[in-house]
Amino acid sequence: MPVILWTDALVFVLVAAIAAYFVYVSRQPHLLIPWRRVTQSAYGMSALVVLVAFIVVGFLDSLHYRPALERKAGQGAAYSTEVLSVFDAVASPLRARRERTYSAPFATHAFARETLEFPGPDGKVQQKREFPKLAWGGAHLKDEADRGRDVLLRTTQGLGLALLLWGAIAAAVTLSHGRRAGRTAREAWRAIWRAETRTPWRAILLTVGALVALAGPALMLCTHYHILGTDKVGRDVFYLALKSIRTGLVIGTLTTLVLLPLAVVLGIMAGYFRGWIDDAIQYVYTTINSIPGVLLIAAAVLLVQVQLDRHAEFFPTAAQRADMRLLCLCAILGLTSWTGLARLLRGESLKLRELEYIQAAQAFGVRNARIITRHILPNLMHIVLISLVLDFSGLVLAEAVLSYVGVGVDPSMNSFGTMINAARMEMSREPVVWWALAAAFIFMFVLVLAANLFADAVRDAFDPRVKVGALPV
Amino acid sequence: MIAYIVRRALYAIPILIGVNLITFLLFFVVNTPDDMARMQLGVRRVTTEAIDKWKAEHGYDKPMLYNDRAQGPDRFTNTIFYEKSVRLFAFDFGNADDGRSIRHEISTRMWPSLALQLPVFLIGLAVYVTFALLMAFFRATYLDFWGVVLCVAMMSISSLFYIIGGQYLLSKLWNLVPVSGYAGGADALKFLALPVVVGVVSGIGSNSRWYRTLFLEEMGKDYVRTARAKGLAETAVMFRHVLKNGMIPILTGAVVVIPSLFMGALITESFFGIPGLGSYTIDAIQAQDFSVVRSMVFLGSVLYIAGLLLTDISYTMVDPRVRFE
Repeated sequence: MPVILWTDALVFVLVAAIAAYFVYVSRQPHLLIPWRRVTQSAYGMSALVVLVAFIVVGFLDSLHYRPALERKAGQGAAYSTEVLSVFDAVASPLRARRERTYSAPFATHAFARETLEFPGPDGKVQQKREFPKLAWGGAHLKDEADRGRDVLLRTTQGLGLALLLWGAIAAAVTLSHGRRAGRTAREAWRAIWRAETRTPWRAILLTVGALVALAGPALMLCTHYHILGTDKVGRDVFYLALKSIRTGLVIGTLTTLVLLPLAVVLGIMAGYFRGWIDDAIQYVYTTINSIPGVLLIAAAVLLVQVQLDRHAEFFPTAAQRADMRLLCLCAILGLTSWTGLARLLRGESLKLRELEYIQAAQAFGVRNARIITRHILPNLMHIVLISLVLDFSGLVLAEAVLSYVGVGVDPSMNSFGTMINAARMEMSREPVVWWALAAAFIFMFVLVLAANLFADAVRDAFDPRVKVGALPV
Repeated sequence: MIAYIVRRALYAIPILIGVNLITFLLFFVVNTPDDMARMQLGVRRVTTEAIDKWKAEHGYDKPMLYNDRAQGPDRFTNTIFYEKSVRLFAFDFGNADDGRSIRHEISTRMWPSLALQLPVFLIGLAVYVTFALLMAFFRATYLDFWGVVLCVAMMSISSLFYIIGGQYLLSKLWNLVPVSGYAGGADALKFLALPVVVGVVSGIGSNSRWYRTLFLEEMGKDYVRTARAKGLAETAVMFRHVLKNGMIPILTGAVVVIPSLFMGALITESFFGIPGLGSYTIDAIQAQDFSVVRSMVFLGSVLYIAGLLLTDISYTMVDPRVRFE
């Protein structure tokens, strides 16, 4: 039975909106120019490749369903109360293979000693303090001494697989580029590797290569080992880290759905109408700004939590409850962070409304609503776009901090924040349980770095202060 | 000048009233005292008597805005709105849920917070400006390029990583400083060293990069060209002209946080066990102590508005071209 959670629905809306935007842009040559400039930035396109990989995982994780239970005779279909996603189904080998507690990456034995019972030589049961063998990690090995060789073998297989895949992609890119540029395959190949192509194919291919070189071995190894270890209750950390991606992406994008209408409408109104409307809107955003951000968010989240507790009957499954809290968190983040963009838009509209073409439109008697939508808004879109892309990485980072404070996502929901929070306490153990923390930080770093670099490329392409003439248009 | 400051200060009053109304709406209207009592008492099926008792103990057993059973001015003062919200203007914060005076807690806890935040602020400013100036000086070279790359990478690292990494490296592996804790007097130095370093390092990425763009913008201006045309050495141009003018937006931008330094750093304080206002706030959030959170919201906005006032004043002090009308 498919389940559409609230955030899923909004994610689909967002994806549709972005697709519609790009279809629209592709028909408007003047709007296409800055985007073409983005596609010519080497680091921007590399970042985009990484982001797309994250987005694919996040999107698969947004297609939810409730698995059917075995049908009993004479009864209708019954469904489990557990909500799974398509990604869970793909990664079911990772999800199902739970250990009892912590184990290190590639370990075959648990991390802590337990009292185990052995049948002794005289038939009596003997007790011994031992590191118990893991139920799944390396369980296929006949002799544990073979582990190093087995890992090496599987890594090589994974790399071989990656090489095949990458070769196919590179060949496709070379051929299509050669056909479009009227070059032979050999010329096209040389042009790509000398970075002489307008689209930075070399950077894209290198990034894709790095991605598949990591993904291939990971794929081959993760079915037989816990490549990033397991957490306190024995869940595979690699799986948790992949699951956390969706939460980060949802917070980074859905927040903008709330923020955007507020900032655009109020910002333009303040700048365009001036007078008491401007005073009122400025007053509202100064007031919201003056409340310390984390405290306002904390207060709002605490309240939401009370309301969720009171109306527990609305949420048949735990996933739906956690999802509602995530949605509320996005809404709260949006309501508290629209002020920056609104201020920028107000300043810019103040400038625009004094320009001749706007005054001409006013003199012709064009209605204000029409002037705003036809003449002001299109000229502000670059600011909106730049600030949305720039905000994304900040929001992903903020989630981790808020979850640490206890006002982030639901503790049962996978996110980088909850991972860090759960692993933090184990830093004082000896030896240190480092893998869950490391996994969360590395995944988060790669996601945020890619987002930052892409945002830079977008800003460079859309900022009107950057000279256009120097670039091939 | 005094008239100008007074006018700016008066402008703060409606904003504070707005903040007060927002907190009142959030804490008492959206979320009624009954909800608070139920959450504090913890049990799902609490009795009405228990709720009433809790409300009476904490002073929530009053009407919201208007008390029709009281006489004279008490009709307005013997209400939740007056007792809990209006009194904040007099910095009368009341008691926390554990019965201790919030005002007393604030006055003792603000000093450790300041001892942490002031060095972070001053050292940070010096470090960020130095890095930014270096990158601007070597602009369009490999040093500048890799400097910006490093900044973007450092921006992308979670602030939690700096804290946990710093604690692990300096305290656990190298045993240089204690992991956490706090003591007054000279002992504070060894407890504060690591949090200060972490605080400065975690800001390098975004701040240095931002200051670099400010310096570069300044370097594109006409007076810099004139200075070069006069035959000034590049170092003289940088230090005597660009640095001075570039510091105007940097300083005026930094001034706004000065009063808020008292509020402390939420995450850092709780990780390092510093008994400041930041850890007080976090503890209150985690214990769902609404009276403390409410007080901190109000205090935070008062300090922020004071920062805005300082910014306005500092504009006129740093840049003689700006005059008050």
